[in-house]
Amino acid sequence: MSPTPSQPGRRRFLNGAAGAAGGALLLSLGAGLTARQAAALPADALRPPGALAENDFLGACIRCGLCVRDCPYDTLRLADPADQVAAGTPYFQARKVACEMCEDIPCVKACPTAALDHTLKDIAQARMGLAVLVDQETCLNFLGLRCDVCYRVCPVIDRAITLTRRHNERSDRHAMLIPTVHSEACTGCGKCEKSCVLEEAAIKVFPIALAKGMLGRHYRKGWEEEAKAGGSLIGDQTQLPARRPDDAPLPRGVLK
Amino acid sequence: MSARTAAGSRGKAAPLAPGHEAVAVKGWLGAHKWLLARRCVQFAILALFLAGPWAGLWIVKGNLSSSLTLGTLPLTDPFVLAQSIAARHWPAAAALTGAAIVLLFYAVVGGRVFCSWVCPVNVVTDGAAWLRRRLGIKTGKVPSSATRWWLLGGVLLASAATGMTVWEFVNPVSMTHRALIFGGSAAWLVVIAVFAYDLLVANRGWCGHVCPMGACYATLGRVALLRVSAAQRSACNDCMDCFVVCPEPQVIRPALKAVDGAGPVITFSECTNCGRCIDVCSKNVFRYAHRFDQRSA
Repeated sequence: MSPTPSQPGRRRFLNGAAGAAGGALLLSLGAGLTARQAAALPADALRPPGALAENDFLGACIRCGLCVRDCPYDTLRLADPADQVAAGTPYFQARKVACEMCEDIPCVKACPTAALDHTLKDIAQARMGLAVLVDQETCLNFLGLRCDVCYRVCPVIDRAITLTRRHNERSDRHAMLIPTVHSEACTGCGKCEKSCVLEEAAIKVFPIALAKGMLGRHYRKGWEEEAKAGGSLIGDQTQLPARRPDDAPLPRGVLK
Repeated sequence: MSARTAAGSRGKAAPLAPGHEAVAVKGWLGAHKWLLARRCVQFAILALFLAGPWAGLWIVKGNLSSSLTLGTLPLTDPFVLAQSIAARHWPAAAALTGAAIVLLFYAVVGGRVFCSWVCPVNVVTDGAAWLRRRLGIKTGKVPSSATRWWLLGGVLLASAATGMTVWEFVNPVSMTHRALIFGGSAAWLVVIAVFAYDLLVANRGWCGHVCPMGACYATLGRVALLRVSAAQRSACNDCMDCFVVCPEPQVIRPALKAVDGAGPVITFSECTNCGRCIDVCSKNVFRYAHRFDQRSA
């Protein structure tokens, strides 16, 4: 109404806009940093079957809890902001409740965003984590007993966990049957960790990124390459004549 | 008659409370019609979500981020989906369909109808605003109401930069709703923080200035069909009650006062269609109308 010049109005507007923009961008930055910090998954938290790799999962999961609702065994739960798992995302802890590996995978079907990959049709192909026998000092089988519980409860028995025979050096007359996990078959369901009879499980399921090592990309295993090529890639070893003084003794194992 | 006396005694107890004139004229119920309707809708929606986990009656599964009604109708919050897409994840059909339905619905009934008729945080911030008014608290500093628009953009940028749905790590709206339906304790700290912020720092601070989710729904308000109209604006007696109760008071003046020949329909996208102005006006100036209804008196 009053004839104010346009300049102060514009200045006030620019000041206001700059303040709003600055505040908002600071808040977004804060939220972004919070997200980065909160994105680390603790070692005992496992994602539902078919979950994308953790970073992709945090971009895809909208935290609606439909997977939790359709889990018939109440295995899954949504993280509370006080938990170490990103707030509102689904997870389970194997030692508390393991995944029952439903054949029709209802949690994956329920996911509206495909943060749980809908192409997963065979639960045996799920890779929720990887079992690792972390403590050989307390595992009863390593002590020479026949506990075998982790092996017996494994839904992929004899493929995901096998028993490997080893000589018992302590008694020098018995065999030890060592539970051995195979990553190509372990789904990470957590049954082994859940059932381990110890006070604290000796076998634990970790997120794959924690549990799995990786060979250098350039590494080739000679025996595999040989099998693939149908023979040694470097040919037969050349037999070189031994040059030495006549009276020198031959090295051990070398025949004349 | 009894309603009138009750209204009279209320008016005496708090003579400055906005709407006391409306209560005297229309009765308490008449002066709180839309407020009561809104609370009923808010709690009915919450009850639908809670019927499953509490009573085993699975009508609606999920939460406000995404839900499935009667096993067929998907509904997805467009803002969380926008974050997900910014984070370069292309969602499955269910979420996209759900978001499309939600967008279409709010494009008709008014974008921020979500804020005032559905969002659980609305009850918290309405409560804070009411208490702030009653206690006469004037402290604090109100951020620019443009903050939410910048935050909307900033959150999408941050989602693109980190590949994560960034706002969902702090979003009080989804956290509150999740805590109500899935349990969880720490989320209540966030609710308390929002309440304290609105009570002590900024009047109508969260919903009216900061929340980028509300800003996202407000973008739909630009086309929304259902709007509030100051149809009887000539009857206005300048009591200012509507400005006091309105969560976005800046939206009223042009329509009410015909600033620069403006029509009677409140076209600002920030208007939440909450209808409190309709309730508190003793002269019945306001009513719900559609965007193109230019009738006024």
